[in-house]
Amino acid sequence: MAETMTGAEMVIRTLQDQGVEHIFGYPGGAVLPIYDALFHQEKVKHILVRHEQGAVHSAEGYARSTGKVGVVLVTSGPGATNAITGLTDALMDSIPLVCITGQVPTHLIGSDAFQECDTVGITRHCTKHNYLVKNVADLPRILHEAFHIARSGRPGPVVVDIPKDVQFAAGDYLRPVTNEHRAYRPQIKGDLSRIKAAVELMASARRPVFYTGGGVINSGPEASALLRELVRLTGFPITSTLMGLGAFPASDPQWLGMLGMHGTYEANMAMHDCDVMINIGARFDDRITGRLDAFSPGSRKIHVDIDPSSINKNVKVDIGIVGDCAHVLEDMVRIWRTSGIRADKEALGGWNRQIERWRGRNCLAYRPSADVIKPQYALQRLQELTKDRKTFITTEVGQHQMWAAQFMKFEEPNRWMTSGGLGTMGYGLPAAIGVQMAHRDALVIDVAGEASILMNMQEMSTAVQYRLPVKIFILNNEYMGMVRQWQELLHGGRYSESYSEALPDFVKLAEAYGGVGIRCSDPARLDDAIMEMIDTPRPVIFDCIVDKAENCFPMIPSGKAHNEMILGDAAVDIGSVIDEEGKMLV
Amino acid sequence: MNTSHYPVQVEHQVPERHTLAVIVDNEPGVLARIAGMFSGRGYNIESLTVSETEHEAHLSRLTIVTTGTALVVEQIKAQLGRLVVVHRVVDLTDQGDAVERELVLVKVVGKGDARVEAMRLAAAFGARTLDATLTSFVYELTGATEEVERFIKVMTSVGLVEVSRTGIAAMARGPEAM
Repeated sequence: MAETMTGAEMVIRTLQDQGVEHIFGYPGGAVLPIYDALFHQEKVKHILVRHEQGAVHSAEGYARSTGKVGVVLVTSGPGATNAITGLTDALMDSIPLVCITGQVPTHLIGSDAFQECDTVGITRHCTKHNYLVKNVADLPRILHEAFHIARSGRPGPVVVDIPKDVQFAAGDYLRPVTNEHRAYRPQIKGDLSRIKAAVELMASARRPVFYTGGGVINSGPEASALLRELVRLTGFPITSTLMGLGAFPASDPQWLGMLGMHGTYEANMAMHDCDVMINIGARFDDRITGRLDAFSPGSRKIHVDIDPSSINKNVKVDIGIVGDCAHVLEDMVRIWRTSGIRADKEALGGWNRQIERWRGRNCLAYRPSADVIKPQYALQRLQELTKDRKTFITTEVGQHQMWAAQFMKFEEPNRWMTSGGLGTMGYGLPAAIGVQMAHRDALVIDVAGEASILMNMQEMSTAVQYRLPVKIFILNNEYMGMVRQWQELLHGGRYSESYSEALPDFVKLAEAYGGVGIRCSDPARLDDAIMEMIDTPRPVIFDCIVDKAENCFPMIPSGKAHNEMILGDAAVDIGSVIDEEGKMLV
Repeated sequence: MNTSHYPVQVEHQVPERHTLAVIVDNEPGVLARIAGMFSGRGYNIESLTVSETEHEAHLSRLTIVTTGTALVVEQIKAQLGRLVVVHRVVDLTDQGDAVERELVLVKVVGKGDARVEAMRLAAAFGARTLDATLTSFVYELTGATEEVERFIKVMTSVGLVEVSRTGIAAMARGPEAM
């Protein structure tokens, strides 16, 4: 039976019917009716952020750590434009979001009314899909469709722009019985003949490698379980992109570590020298491939992706399979088991010995110090002291992010939240708030840099308001470290505008917000300080003063191939590694 | 040799001209989605024609002529397919020799010999006369792009002052419907 209610009430009812428990938002004139409807119920809890960008990143962290759709509610005009960075971030990293924006009344659209902007026009390029709802009769269908589109296929952000008069208007609410869409039908099952061909190619491999990505995480925990089964069944080594960390346990001997620009030597060398590459849910991003014409030149490539446009976009592959990772992996495991296929054990033995030699380079090694905290050491200690807890790690963007990817060891999916595609500084703190909201008892740590954290520092206030005991672990080197590293590599050490002058006192800042501040600059005292942070049941800013000059290695310099990466030991003379043309195009 | 860390442009293939038929939901903003996807990803649109074709089903058909290497054209089709409003994408060029037509209106102004020559040429091309004054004509011609181009070229020398073209409408030959 259809019930009569206002458009604003339909919004809240849809959230309830979709099982939404938490939404992140900020009120304003054009969404007041929805905030009023929110006031009259208790099922949906609203988290008031301090900036709309924070709302979207929080919803991303919430979504990424739970597998649910993250929900955002913001007002028209500046509310919507402030959300743009977060929406773009979610689009690039395929995070399911529904973002409801208020809009000026329909009769004022186009008149440059107060707090008006062309939200659907502006967000067309940074959403998977968007709607402007001009008639309350369409609202229930569109809202439910928005959830379906956000979570199905390749997930992504969906904006629903609702004019204020539509929020006030009364109409019939009926939950649609089916998600069937007129045109949108993502392909879930992979083509079986291609999957068979892929399994046969895998069985014939002498130097295979799995290269997996965020698609495995998005496909759900069953995809990670099936991936583990397939990897163990085949005995092949496996590496992953930044977005895919945790799908396969880092403690496993078949694990090579992350690949790409700051990936491990063994992972990148294996990618370069392999004869069969099995890409599952990754997209041949330029941070992964390096120089395209020298990318894994001798391999035949299998690519599993739910988005047909990802296949053959950057790298031409031999077998492209469009489908959901979990479904395709299930077919691969079954076919491998039932067809009696055996991997070439002898060839694999030689390949594994080669990989062990690469591993022997110990590419993440750094020069330890007793006087100053090395950023790598700080993260090693953080890893060691948190490994037995239910820990979630978020990051900002820069050197600290890459070090976190290298030194934090993920055993489970959905424990690692980072801005991969867009590279958004300011992502980590609001994302951590979203994670902590969904996992109240977990240890949630934002590994941050002192520059990134200031981009959404205001969200500390949100953490304090909702008693979310997030830990902000700042690797403070007083520089935008990655910018400084590139300036050292490419611009003759001219550190133009990359020094963080006039930094706040982070301990006092934490206290000013109502949180707890801890500072540590002594390697000998670091463990105690980290334990103090972990044991503090309140939001903490940990100001970890680290070596100012440390660079992030290994690194594939611009204009180089996977097998030309530079390791930490080469740090003394890295200025000469990149040629002139490469400097133009980092 | 380009040694960028970003993917270098690999132009081993020759660009090809493709005509795509795209069936979309006829709803506000659909043209902006399609055109925005082309401009945002740096693809070419040589010609774009759009109109509602199935009123009851709220479906429109776009005919898009684009150029790109085989990989780029494949990517264009995949990117079109990703748009939620797109029902089907058919590459008429891949399907073989499609029928392609466009309509042009030209206005010529002149007196004396030029005017007479314009009439002769229009008749030779089989153009229809839609409007005539003592000093001007408006002609209509429907034909393949090359024919339209030729018509415009010859009319230029006899007083052409204005051109309006529709862009291409196309359909595959044979009994199969898309």
